[in-house]
Amino acid sequence: MRPTRKPRSSPSKVLPKALSGIQGFDEITAGGLPSGRPTLVSGGAGSGKTLFGLEFLVRGATQFHEPGVFMSFEETVPDLTKNAASLGFDLSRLVAEKKLFLDHVHISRSEIAETGEYDLDGLFIRIADAVQRVGARRIVLDTIETLFGALPNPAILRAEIRRLFSWLKDKGLTTIVTAERDRPEKLTRHGIEEFVSDCVIVLDHRTREEISTRRLRVVKYRGSTHGTNEYPFLIDEHGISVLPISSLGLDHPAPTARISTGITRLDGMMGGKGFFRGSSILMSGTSGTGKTSVAAHFVDAACRRGERCLYFAFEESPRQVVRNMRSIGIDLEPWLSKGLLQFHAARPTYAGIEEVLLVTHKHIARFSPHIVVVDPITNLLTVSTLNEVRSMLTRLIDFLKTKEITALFASLTAAGGFLEANEADISSLMDTWLLLKAIEVGGERNRALYVLKSRGMDHSNQIREFVLTDHGLRLLDVYLGPDGVLTGSARVSQEGREKAAGTTRRQQLEGRGRELDRKRQIFEARMTMLRAEFEVEEEVIQQTIAESKLLDKELLHDRGQMVRSREADVTAYTNGKPTHAARRR
Amino acid sequence: MPRRKIARSAKPRKPTVWKLKLYVAGQSPKSVRAFANLTVLCEQHLKGRYQIEVIDLLEHPHMARGDQIVAIPTLVIKLPAPVQKIIGDLSNTDRVLVGLALQQVV
Repeated sequence: MRPTRKPRSSPSKVLPKALSGIQGFDEITAGGLPSGRPTLVSGGAGSGKTLFGLEFLVRGATQFHEPGVFMSFEETVPDLTKNAASLGFDLSRLVAEKKLFLDHVHISRSEIAETGEYDLDGLFIRIADAVQRVGARRIVLDTIETLFGALPNPAILRAEIRRLFSWLKDKGLTTIVTAERDRPEKLTRHGIEEFVSDCVIVLDHRTREEISTRRLRVVKYRGSTHGTNEYPFLIDEHGISVLPISSLGLDHPAPTARISTGITRLDGMMGGKGFFRGSSILMSGTSGTGKTSVAAHFVDAACRRGERCLYFAFEESPRQVVRNMRSIGIDLEPWLSKGLLQFHAARPTYAGIEEVLLVTHKHIARFSPHIVVVDPITNLLTVSTLNEVRSMLTRLIDFLKTKEITALFASLTAAGGFLEANEADISSLMDTWLLLKAIEVGGERNRALYVLKSRGMDHSNQIREFVLTDHGLRLLDVYLGPDGVLTGSARVSQEGREKAAGTTRRQQLEGRGRELDRKRQIFEARMTMLRAEFEVEEEVIQQTIAESKLLDKELLHDRGQMVRSREADVTAYTNGKPTHAARRR
Repeated sequence: MPRRKIARSAKPRKPTVWKLKLYVAGQSPKSVRAFANLTVLCEQHLKGRYQIEVIDLLEHPHMARGDQIVAIPTLVIKLPAPVQKIIGDLSNTDRVLVGLALQQVV
């Protein structure tokens, strides 16, 4: 699939090539068309042959200094100019600058009668004249087979066309010969491929399941390696793009900056910092697992940081997303009106996959967002096969990575199937893979999230339950029970049990506290009583003491008086207080 | 065939003059033969009523575009109208006469 450039050891051995300038084409042919030789571009009606030829000439004239001649056997010059304008090519300017020469060869069978031998010298002379006028290096003959319908005697015609091709080769003109392919088993209607042996390209515009896709295939390229796949291609106002972005190498930058997922605990699950900037994140889950909600958180967080977000909604309309996200407390409306958030909503079925890819690229190029959300990529499978989606995503991711845009891809997994199997292909392109899972336990369905992989960072290996609340998404620990993780009411009942046990303990504790209080109260009451008793006793005792003191005093007094009256030796009666009595003396 | 129709409708008008242009490429055998055949024919059937202009595309290549010349030799019959082209060396006399509106298709 990936052509490698031939080593240029000796230039004479390498087939010289002329860059077509057609985006992506030169990559798959490793350098363009065989230089100085004819190439057959075959395809059904409306497959883009003429435009292919035109772009080859225009690019040659504008980018590679190779003027060209367009010999049209079908469309008139004004028609051609008009058609080219739709691809953004200004043919009349190139003609005026003598970089391009347009000639319309018109022959109507009704005007022609054959009256003997003829040759195509008239055409040769016209071509030679045109080539000489602009110094052409490239020429397109679109569609020379028309001559078979206009001129009699096919035998002469075939010989003359053979002569024409060898003449073009002699002149060293890089030639594109277009041919109508009306039956799949034949390359051209009149078998002119036998004259063009070097390079054959088939363009195809087919409809499968009501969706049309343009494809290009290099059927043959003598002396050169080339991609043999069928490559989808697009025609838009910038011309043809085969594989719109085909970076065949893997040399995009790898920023180390991290950005929040918008969900704190999810950041926590990824080393506390969130995603790498510029990484690609796959978020897969069955329907109703909350993919859009996770995406909305991510977008909301990015807009809060002032970053631009581009949201490709392939399933819901922008209004619907905004309304639904409001129910979990995320208001995206301000970001929309500020221009930080842009929605692009369309059902991919409106066009083929390459159209979707083109539109995606165009929007990204125009808005240059920091963050891109594609919700969901699985809807692309409805327009294409897994292989095509994979190759489209490869190109899209390559493109995003070179621009350092962080991309979140939601992927809807088929319910009931083994979740990972479906996306195994896609997942290898992704740096981080979040898996949203519905866990069915005890007759209910709950949401769980885990990080399946995340390149280049620590990440939690735990399954987290998450609930959508009015205030956004909340991640919860899951309880591990004997039957595995517990979610939903199993978790709630486990929580309940723990709560009940807690309550009992608390009640016991409270009871003990109250008992202590009571005891303290009793103790204090007793203390009060004792103190009261003591005080009563103290009072009584004090009184007794005071009374007895008084009595003593009176007794002494009386005795003194008696002594005085008896004039007895006082000291004999003052044993207790001799000084007192003596001093008084 | 449309050619037949043209021949019939042209006949009753009996044009007075035949304007003919013969495109050739140098002195190639076919070109020389065509010119010889044409002059013989005109002398026989249209004596004094024809003009032949011989254009050598090798000398005037751009003139091929005006009359949409692809094959050589090509005889363009400008008059009588409508314009017709006859290609080849004009060795098939009957066909040339039909083209010149001098004879019906046999």
